[in-house]
Amino acid sequence: MSAAISIKKISKNYGALQALDDVSLEIQQGEFFGLLGPNGAGKTTLISILAGLVTADQGHALIMGADVQSHFRDARRSLGVVPQELVFDPFFTVRETLQFQSGYFGIQNNDAWIDEIMANLDLTSKADSNMRSLSGGMKRRVLVAQALVHRPPVIILDEPTAGVDVELRQSLWQFISRLNQDGHTIVLTTHYLEEAEALCQRIAMLKQGKIVALDTTANLLNRYGSVKKDGEGKTDLEDVFVNIMSGNAL
Amino acid sequence: MKNPPLQYGSGFPTLLRKEVKRFYKVGFQTVAAPVLTAVLYLMIFGHVLEGREMYGRFTYTAFLIPGLVMMSLLQNAFANTSSSLIQSKVTGNLVFVLLAPLSHFEFYAAYILAAVFRGVVVGLGVFLITAWISPPALEYPLWILTFAFLGAAILGSLGLIAGIWADKYDQLAAFQNFLIMPATMLSGVFYSIHSLPPAWQMVSHFNPFFYMIDGFRYGFFGVSDISPWNSLAIILFFFVAVSAIALRMLQTGYKLRH
Repeated sequence: MSAAISIKKISKNYGALQALDDVSLEIQQGEFFGLLGPNGAGKTTLISILAGLVTADQGHALIMGADVQSHFRDARRSLGVVPQELVFDPFFTVRETLQFQSGYFGIQNNDAWIDEIMANLDLTSKADSNMRSLSGGMKRRVLVAQALVHRPPVIILDEPTAGVDVELRQSLWQFISRLNQDGHTIVLTTHYLEEAEALCQRIAMLKQGKIVALDTTANLLNRYGSVKKDGEGKTDLEDVFVNIMSGNAL
Repeated sequence: MKNPPLQYGSGFPTLLRKEVKRFYKVGFQTVAAPVLTAVLYLMIFGHVLEGREMYGRFTYTAFLIPGLVMMSLLQNAFANTSSSLIQSKVTGNLVFVLLAPLSHFEFYAAYILAAVFRGVVVGLGVFLITAWISPPALEYPLWILTFAFLGAAILGSLGLIAGIWADKYDQLAAFQNFLIMPATMLSGVFYSIHSLPPAWQMVSHFNPFFYMIDGFRYGFFGVSDISPWNSLAIILFFFVAVSAIALRMLQTGYKLRH
C-alpha cells in the first residue's frame, strides 16, 4: 500500500529566500497528521507543492503514489485542499460553486454527494444563496465542501479554523474526524495547537523550511515534556512547540 | 459516507459552462451594453457620412455594419477571457481551477470557446439590430462565419495572454486601451484603406485586425480591399501564433503556478 503523501528531498527558493530545504516526509493512509510551524516556516509552500500550485526546485512529491507533476491528474483527483485564504467566486451560488468544482474534476451528476456534504456542513439552507451574501464562517464551510466534492482520499486543511467561531470549529472537527474514521487521510495546519494535540496522531514541525520535529503526538509530549511544564505539571503541545521553535529542546 | 467509485471525465465542459454562465449572469454589461454602443456608432457615423458611396455601390451605413459587428465581436471576445482571468487572479478564486486535474489544453479550449461564444452573441446582437436599420447583403455566409470564429478565437487568446500577464486591472486596461482598442478602431471598421494615403495603407497591412475586418466584410459584399484568401492565411498564422503563446503560458504555469 502506497503512502498517502510521500515527500522526497523537496527544496524551494523564492529568490534569496529558501522556503523549503531538503524536506522529506511520509504520511500513511488513514493518518490524521499535523503540520505545524510559525508563520513563514514553509507550511503553505509545502501544501502548494502537493497541490501543484507551486513547482519544487528539487525533489518529488507523490499523492497516493502519483507524482504531482508527471501524473498530475491522478494526484489531484486524490487530493482535496482547503486553502487558507477565504476565496470565492462572487458570480455563483453555493450549489453552483460545488457543482462547478465537481465538474472541474470531471464528475457530473454528483448532486446526491453535494447535498450530503452541504447537510453535514450545515449549508443546506444557504444552497441557493450567492457566495457574496455569506458570512466568513459560511464561506469557510463552502471551502471545505469544495475540497470534498470529488471525494478525495487525502484532504489537506490549511488553517481551516482561522477566524471561525467556536461552534463552527467544533462541528467542523466532528465532520473531519468522521471523514478520518471513514479512512480519509487528513493533513492539518493550524495555529490552534490544542486542536492539533486533540486531533493529530502524528505531527511534523517546520522551522525556516526544515522539519525540526517529526513524531507521534504522544512521543512529542513525552520527549519534550520535561523541558517546560505548566502549573499542574501537565505538558501540552504549546509548551512543546515553543521549546522546539526556540531551540531549547534540540 | 461510503460511496461507489467515481467515474471521472474531463473537466473541460464544466469550465466552459462556468465561463459562459459568468458573462450570462451579467448580460446587461457583457452583451446589451456593447450592442447599444455599436448601434450608437452606426446611427452617428451613418447619419454624418450617409452621402458617401463605398466600393462604388454600397451606402456608407451598409458598409459600416459588418465592421461594427466584427469590432464588437473582437472586443468582447478579448474582454471575456481577460476580465475572467484578472478577476479570478485578483480575488484568488482561480485556485479552484488550478487545483483541478485540467490540462493546459482543456483550460485553453474552455476559455477560448467561451470567448468565441460571447463574441458571436454580441456580434449577432449588433447584426440583428443594425440589419433592421439597414438590411445588409450576405454574399458569402461561410466566409462570414469563418472570419467571425477565427477572429473571436484570436482575440480570446490575446485576452487570455493579457489576463495571465497582468497583475492588476490597470495593466490589463493599458493592454486593452493602448493596443486592442486602437488596433481594432484603425483596422478599417469605419473606412476602406484605399481611402488612406499610401503610407497609412502600408501601415494598415501590418495590423492583423485589418485582415479580420476585411475578410469578414468580404462575406457580406463579395468585395474587399485585399483577397479574402490572403486575409485568411494571415489570420490563420496569427491564430496559431497567439494560441501557441497562450498554451505555452498555461503549460509552464507562467504567473499562475509559482
